[in-house]
Amino acid sequence: MTTAIESDSFKRPARRQWRARLAHFGMTGWLALVVIAFWAAAAIFGPAMLSQRGDFGGGEVFAPMSGAHWFGTDYLGRDMLARVIEGARYTVGVAFVSTLLASGTGTLLALLAAASGRWIDSTLSRALDTLTAIPSKMFALLIVAGFGSSVPTLVMTAAIIYVPGSYRMARALAVNINALDYVTVARARGEGTGYVMLQEILPNIAGPMLADFGLRFVYVVLLLASMSFLGLGVQPPEADWGSLVRENIETLANGGAAVIAPSIAIASLTIAVNLVIDNLPGRAARERGAR
Amino acid sequence: MGALVVVDKLTVSAGSATLVDALSFTIRPGEVLALIGESGSGKTTTALALMGHARRGCRISGGSVRIGDVDVLSLRARQLRALRGRTVSYIAQSAAASFDPSRSILDQVVEPACLHGTLPRGAAELKAIALFRELALPEPETIGQRYPHQVSGGQLQRLMAAMALITDPEVVILDEPTTALDVTTQVEVLRAFRRVVRERQVTAVYVSHDLAVVAQMADHILVLRDGRMREVGATERLLAAPQNEYTQSLLAAARPATRAHGEAGEGAEVLLRVKGLSAGYGARGTILEGIDLELRRGQAIGVIGESGSGKTTLARVVAGLLPPSVGTMEFDGRALPPALRQRSREDLRRIQIVFQSADTALNPSQTIERILARPLQFYRGLKGEPLRRRIDELLDLVKLPRTLADRLPGGLSGGQKQRVNLARALAADPDLILCDEVTSALDTVVGAAVLDLIAELRRELGVSYLFISHDLHTVRAVCDEIVVMRHGRKLAQVARADYDRGPHHPYYEELARAVPEMRRGWLDELDRARPALVA
Repeated sequence: MTTAIESDSFKRPARRQWRARLAHFGMTGWLALVVIAFWAAAAIFGPAMLSQRGDFGGGEVFAPMSGAHWFGTDYLGRDMLARVIEGARYTVGVAFVSTLLASGTGTLLALLAAASGRWIDSTLSRALDTLTAIPSKMFALLIVAGFGSSVPTLVMTAAIIYVPGSYRMARALAVNINALDYVTVARARGEGTGYVMLQEILPNIAGPMLADFGLRFVYVVLLLASMSFLGLGVQPPEADWGSLVRENIETLANGGAAVIAPSIAIASLTIAVNLVIDNLPGRAARERGAR
Repeated sequence: MGALVVVDKLTVSAGSATLVDALSFTIRPGEVLALIGESGSGKTTTALALMGHARRGCRISGGSVRIGDVDVLSLRARQLRALRGRTVSYIAQSAAASFDPSRSILDQVVEPACLHGTLPRGAAELKAIALFRELALPEPETIGQRYPHQVSGGQLQRLMAAMALITDPEVVILDEPTTALDVTTQVEVLRAFRRVVRERQVTAVYVSHDLAVVAQMADHILVLRDGRMREVGATERLLAAPQNEYTQSLLAAARPATRAHGEAGEGAEVLLRVKGLSAGYGARGTILEGIDLELRRGQAIGVIGESGSGKTTLARVVAGLLPPSVGTMEFDGRALPPALRQRSREDLRRIQIVFQSADTALNPSQTIERILARPLQFYRGLKGEPLRRRIDELLDLVKLPRTLADRLPGGLSGGQKQRVNLARALAADPDLILCDEVTSALDTVVGAAVLDLIAELRRELGVSYLFISHDLHTVRAVCDEIVVMRHGRKLAQVARADYDRGPHHPYYEELARAVPEMRRGWLDELDRARPALVA
């Protein structure tokens, strides 16, 4: 059993955990990872590798797929492949940063609420409940109406909208951990709130919070796409996938590639992230006897 | 009348591991066989296989089980459903987890009879009430209308027995039915179980890790370890003359000998003095009331009482986790501030607390090294080589191999975790260790080894203990004095010299009597002494 494992493999428990986590990935999980990696690479390196810039128009409008234009052309005759890859930067990047902000803030506040007294907990919880009470789309429209649409505004808006959910989730987990004996032992030792938050509780809620991060990433992608579809997201000539769908909506009736390509991009990214979450070791892995 | 049970070369496996290895035994009609062994020995797995059931991930991979004329393992799912709850019924360890909290008890007790169509609903209810009476439950006519949370744990356990017996099964499987109960409650439940099993002449399988309990219930005992049979024999013979080495160690561990103790006690100065202490949680009233206690340097005081008696709360108050509402504490001649944040780091260092369940007392994401290093860094600022050396010393002290330092708690056994738990407390170099039920979650043999360690540490390091337990045997083995608590009050204090000299407080006497003794007929004697309780 465990005793048979050589002791030096225990030196790096973090890496061992990651390897163990990936080992449980099924076929769908790996496929989804590949899709995510592809879009991440597209967002980072894509524009540099393209032979055609997306803002170079003037060709045939709504051209079908061809060797020259893999995804056809859009309503101004621009290459759709280039447009989608450039859009990845906005969709993936903005969503990633907002989710990171939302999850990070939510988790930190939740740890603070769980590890400190009843007053801080109540104040934080009620304040964030108030935020939850505002309809998210309405709030986003309000912010954009007030401050105009720019990438930083979009990031902040999406982050603020998703902090309460992330906070709720993390707090529920942290409160359970906080009641366990090892946290009590740490308190009885005289440890401060910071140590209890970051050393005792955080590592034990990290797993579920990663799953929550993935889920929230999907929500943010969809929120940004729908904002752009309404024309309130990323402004032309730049475009994220939501705006690409909106720009080329005219060709929907003809089944044009220009509207289908960005839709498929949104679908593939969100489905892939969900599949990866499903493959993270949770219930399924525990039933197989994993840790 | 019970059926004959014949098990032949039963093998249960999970993946590549074999949980039960070619186990064969026979139970004659109307007899009780006890399966005994430590956790992980395969006793529950064997018991479940008698019903043709294997837990998720496990598989019955060979052998046969015959109950009467039925070959259980060859039955199809539908036939198995007809067998379970009708021919074979099962009483689980935790009745609280086995009842549906949203339905009345009677509803659930008559369910097997209605399901198998043995009795119409009305007749089943009458029978249930008769069973309640037979099991010595209070208010048998109306107790069925209550919901599971409205009855006590011991009553719920008996109600589950009623559910199991309502179809007049031929075989009853009792899986650790009294393990989760207090000693005083356990006696009542054991009595009720034994009576119904005897009167109905059912064949029974009693799964337990407690030899003393089994001695009262079983005709034969089968000792299991690692899924293999170590020894089987009639109860008297096995208890009097165990042949297998493992059985002998089980017997030795079940009769805890008094651990040798140092010179501590009388002459030494008072380390902890508690005066008129009361405490409670918010509006829920007081849990502790007017506790007075004196603990001398190097002394070990046992605190004993049933669950809800406030013994754990006492430890929490002393540790500073719960400030008392009234009363004072003095530590080493100085007043001890009530709340954690008012205490100096030195105060905190000198009192350490060790919790019952090592599973929740060690952070699963930290290595053993990190768990032990933290108090050393925190209180003494050790780092580098001295830190490393001190961790090795601590591991040696609690008799763990040094190679364990790099592991996570998940890879350790229960006994090893409890040793790490102790080592962490020792890392602070404390004067007083508060032990809260430290051996309760462990098997007898492992628990005995931990008790040895506690006694040895006391001898060598001169630490004092406040040792909290519900088990009088354990407390008597390691403590110089025993404090008896009930309903948050201290009832009596008994010194070691007077353990066997009476008369003591009646509640202490009751507790002492309730601890099962490891010989047959102990329960019968108790019945004769107090027949009123059975009727």
